[in-house]
Amino acid sequence: MIKTIVNTELPLAERFLVKKNIIKGGKGRQRLCIVTGTHGDELEGQMVCYEMARLIQQHIDRLTGTVEIYPALNPLGIDTIQRGIPNFDLDMNRIFPGNEHGTMAEQAAYRICEDLKGACMVIDIHSSNLYLRESPQVRINVLNEAELVPQAKHLGVDFIWVHDAATVLEATLAHSLNSTGTPCLVVEMGVGQRINHRMCSHLVDGIFNLMTEMGMWKGGHEDNDNDDDNDNENEKSIGPSIVCKGDRVTFLNAETSGVFLTDLHTGTIVSKGQSIGKIVEPLTGETLSDVISPTDGFLFTIRAYPIVYEGSLMARIFRHDEDELELVTAVSQKPE
Amino acid sequence: MKKEILFQMKSTYRDDFKIEGYRFGSGEETVCIVGPMRGDEVQQQYICSQIVHELQQAESEGLLQPDRSILVIPSCNPFSMNVSRRFWAMDGTDINRMFPGYDQGETTQRIAAAIFKRIENFKYGVQLASFYVPGEFVPHVRMLRTGYEDVESARLFGMPYVTVRKPLPFDTALLNYNWQIWNTSAFSLYAGRTDCIDQEDSRQAVDAMMRFLVNVGAIEHTHAKPGYLSDFVNEDDLTTLSAHHAGIYVRRHKAGDSIKAGEVLACIMHPYDGRVLEEVRSPYDGTIFFSHHRPLVLQNALLYRIIPT
Repeated sequence: MIKTIVNTELPLAERFLVKKNIIKGGKGRQRLCIVTGTHGDELEGQMVCYEMARLIQQHIDRLTGTVEIYPALNPLGIDTIQRGIPNFDLDMNRIFPGNEHGTMAEQAAYRICEDLKGACMVIDIHSSNLYLRESPQVRINVLNEAELVPQAKHLGVDFIWVHDAATVLEATLAHSLNSTGTPCLVVEMGVGQRINHRMCSHLVDGIFNLMTEMGMWKGGHEDNDNDDDNDNENEKSIGPSIVCKGDRVTFLNAETSGVFLTDLHTGTIVSKGQSIGKIVEPLTGETLSDVISPTDGFLFTIRAYPIVYEGSLMARIFRHDEDELELVTAVSQKPE
Repeated sequence: MKKEILFQMKSTYRDDFKIEGYRFGSGEETVCIVGPMRGDEVQQQYICSQIVHELQQAESEGLLQPDRSILVIPSCNPFSMNVSRRFWAMDGTDINRMFPGYDQGETTQRIAAAIFKRIENFKYGVQLASFYVPGEFVPHVRMLRTGYEDVESARLFGMPYVTVRKPLPFDTALLNYNWQIWNTSAFSLYAGRTDCIDQEDSRQAVDAMMRFLVNVGAIEHTHAKPGYLSDFVNEDDLTTLSAHHAGIYVRRHKAGDSIKAGEVLACIMHPYDGRVLEEVRSPYDGTIFFSHHRPLVLQNALLYRIIPT
């Protein structure tokens, strides 16, 4: 059932609509919400929503509970290929929980937040931005670590990053929900304005696995799955996740402005002194600076947009311990 | 007056990015005036240029107080203004949401860090600011309620209004929030418009700035007009009027106008057949503090904020 949760007028013969698809099965009371499209330039969530809606409806008899899919919290941003809300200065993910009496954007944020409250789990899917490419990861505020890390592991992402609390992040959707008793996992993966099919498929597998763990789903979810031979198990194997707690991430920023060239991908192990790439000057043919890893570790973020200024983020590396090498190696061998 | 470079960075495809400071006098770091951080703050750019012009005049007349220094940063973001982008053109980030900055961080964090390092010890800090909602204000001095806001000093500008508002979580990265936390008496000077120059409002802001410099002992005398005895306004007490319909917006009253209860302030018209969809009426007698000024309006858009009398 399609339900419109935000419905306001635009000036000329159009309405601003935020919609969700409510899919119910069986008599279960569990409610899972999948939200995405807060930033109009992040598109990975579109394929995940499509696949979830398609596969659940294809095997609706295996669902016991309610799945709600919100593909576009910022539909005008997606349609105009911009990160923010057109005609509004602030990042939508900095205005939650919104304001019932505020601007159109703030009222939309309020209604979205109110609509999501009470869910057993919310998965908020982001895909970095135009500038950075990310390994599939879940980001968790340290305040919610105990409750959310075990849940995040069911998604089978490469990396679970437990980060410090920051005041500016108190206005995110995830914080607004988590702080009022609705658990919310933030997924980051891929790069802005593109869809990585393999990453999306892995996340879909992970969400079905989480649903199985929540008691909402029984059996497989593949197109060719047959009810008869998938009685109780979600047949997809979910890989291990690296869990990063504390200050164990090294940020590499550009030393010079220029054009960044690299052959590396995310999800790889790098060693201290290894070249991540170089920043070059196209006018003169010079190499302006080499981007060198200062540590052994797992590369989970790399610069995607080649034009950089001094300070542009080039890479993020997780500094693993010796006893984590086996786990990190296993994660790095997952297909990207 | 001495020029200094606060921050410089090479660009691959453009001239070097530079932030310049204009320093007047020497000695105690008394007042720092920070110009535009966003590329559409043209009114603020104009005001800053006029303040520098007046300070040069004051210097030539020997009116700078001894052992006091004034720093003016005419622009924190010339790159964006030159290409008509509000935010940092490469990645869309807002320098004014990066404070106190981080000198090993991303580009706009580094810019913010360089600015903040140079200005963090001034006794008074004034930013020529704009708001995230499009529209125009009655000229005023604004502060965030941090527990360190200096309302009495804010009255020294002699602007009609001094306002205080409660900071939201994302406001904690603003320059003025951090200035206050680091013990500077910090003010945002709002001069009505943003992306166009209004001579009357600009003159009022320049005069206010010059009066403030006299009142805090940074300069001896000014030719500025006398100011107001500022009214204090808590922004939580303002009355907000929002649009019940979207459409073409025809405004009858602007910021600063006195209005009566029941008076029609604006109309929203159907964009195809011209019907009046809504008359926006004032619920109280008062003064318009903020006014939406674009020709189209969205449903629920903020239209007016009114100071009741």
